Amino acid sequence: MAGRAITYELSADAVLGLETYHAARRERRLLVPRCRACGETHWYPRPFCPFCGSGELDWPEAAGEGTVYSFSIMRRAETPYAIAFVTLAEGPTMMANVVGCAPDDIAIGMKVRLDFQDSVAGEPFPVFTPA
Amino acid sequence: MSLRGAACIVGAFEHPARKAPHVSTPQLHAECARAALADAGLTAADVDGYFCAGDAPGFGPMTMAEYLNLDCRHVDTTETGGSAYLVHVAHAAEAIAAGRCDVALVTMAGRPRSEPAVSAFSSAGAFTPPDQPFELPYGPAAINTYAMCAMRHMHEFGTTPEQLAWIRVAASHHAQHNPHAVFRDLVTVEDVLASPVVADPLHRLDCCMNTDGGGALVIVKPEIARSLARPTVTLRGAGEFVKHQSGGRVDLTWSGARESGRAAFAMAGVTPVDIAYASVYDSFTITVLIQLEDLGFCEKGRGGAFVADGNLIAGVGRMPVNTDGGGLCNSHPAGRGGMPKIVEAVRQLRGEAHPAVQVPGCALALVHGTGGSLGSRHGSATLILERS
Ligand SMILES: [Zn+2]
Repeated sequence: MAGRAITYELSADAVLGLETYHAARRERRLLVPRCRACGETHWYPRPFCPFCGSGELDWPEAAGEGTVYSFSIMRRAETPYAIAFVTLAEGPTMMANVVGCAPDDIAIGMKVRLDFQDSVAGEPFPVFTPA
Repeated sequence: MSLRGAACIVGAFEHPARKAPHVSTPQLHAECARAALADAGLTAADVDGYFCAGDAPGFGPMTMAEYLNLDCRHVDTTETGGSAYLVHVAHAAEAIAAGRCDVALVTMAGRPRSEPAVSAFSSAGAFTPPDQPFELPYGPAAINTYAMCAMRHMHEFGTTPEQLAWIRVAASHHAQHNPHAVFRDLVTVEDVLASPVVADPLHRLDCCMNTDGGGALVIVKPEIARSLARPTVTLRGAGEFVKHQSGGRVDLTWSGARESGRAAFAMAGVTPVDIAYASVYDSFTITVLIQLEDLGFCEKGRGGAFVADGNLIAGVGRMPVNTDGGGLCNSHPAGRGGMPKIVEAVRQLRGEAHPAVQVPGCALALVHGTGGSLGSRHGSATLILERS
């Protein structure tokens, strides 16, 4: 299945405090913030730990392995696309598209692998393909 | 502070318009306000507290208090999307109990069919919600995020599309008696399953509509309620809860109804078997099923069996739900269905629902709302109301 065109554009406000994350994303690397104080990994990224409040975070790169927690195929879109919640090997579950396969090949529990898809404006965003 | 018995709903109105091309949004609010006050036997001069949510134009209570010419010593703009008006009832009871107002007016209205508003899924600019850069690139909409809840529920509990379809079937049974309902034709399970899949596993007939319209409520202290002519509906229990993704610990199988329901039942001192009628938010069929489980009407995972075979149809099943036809068939003003949910519960408790769907001797009703999205973040609110 062809990827859906990503038209989303980030505002300046959305990047503040998350420069490390977005700089890596632009190099097609996914960082998953982990707290130095309590050790918890969180998603979506904040500039602080939502579990203990610490501002001391590490930004390790994700291994790129995930499992489909749930998904849905948007059939009525101009280009049907799969939206999913993918649970990363690092623990957190994130929203993303599953691309590179037929809709009927996607299933809950399916192993997927990190990839990046360029938006219309040329910004890479993390997506997943069948592992 | 327990709110049990703290306040009474004495006025309730659902605007009959489902498309309002020639009436402005503030005027719809005003028509609803006037009619709800007339229903109560009160006037705008009696109002000293005003409640509204994000559908109100301008600066909310400032704009609307001026437009309606209200003298308010208490205002509240709690925004939890479509469930906000349930929260307003509870917060009005708190304000009344605290002596901050005696007569509270809640209004809601909108006209998305006549003039589409900006979608919550497409805002941008300096006030970017912090979740947005991690979700909007992927094309989330109301339907595909709710659909992911349905998909996971089916995976974990074996829930079927046929069982979900029964929720629409029940709504259509009720809507045939509602002259204002948008969809008044009876549908069958087969009709639902034959309608096109919009976002797997949800079909077109699993989805609510968006309509123009609105509604209003008048909530007063019990002493005032006793002086009025209309049957009195008293607040017995209330709960609210915001459920979100908890830092990436996503669990789509339960909703905030689990927490708001628990709080409301504890305050009311009753259990689900005591409830004669329930208004349950029906943005999609799956919304009803998950909420009924979380509210305790059946065990978690058994919602499919609970809603099947007409169990939600008044006069047929054990748990009549949304006897006005709900958001699936009757109305979903501005995509904010909490208001008509409360109004129909008030009708049931007063004995003023359509005779074909009136629950005989309805003394205790539950109203539950989900605002936002079941699949990402939502505001849940539960009310338990009694006839007194
Ligand atoms: Zn921490």
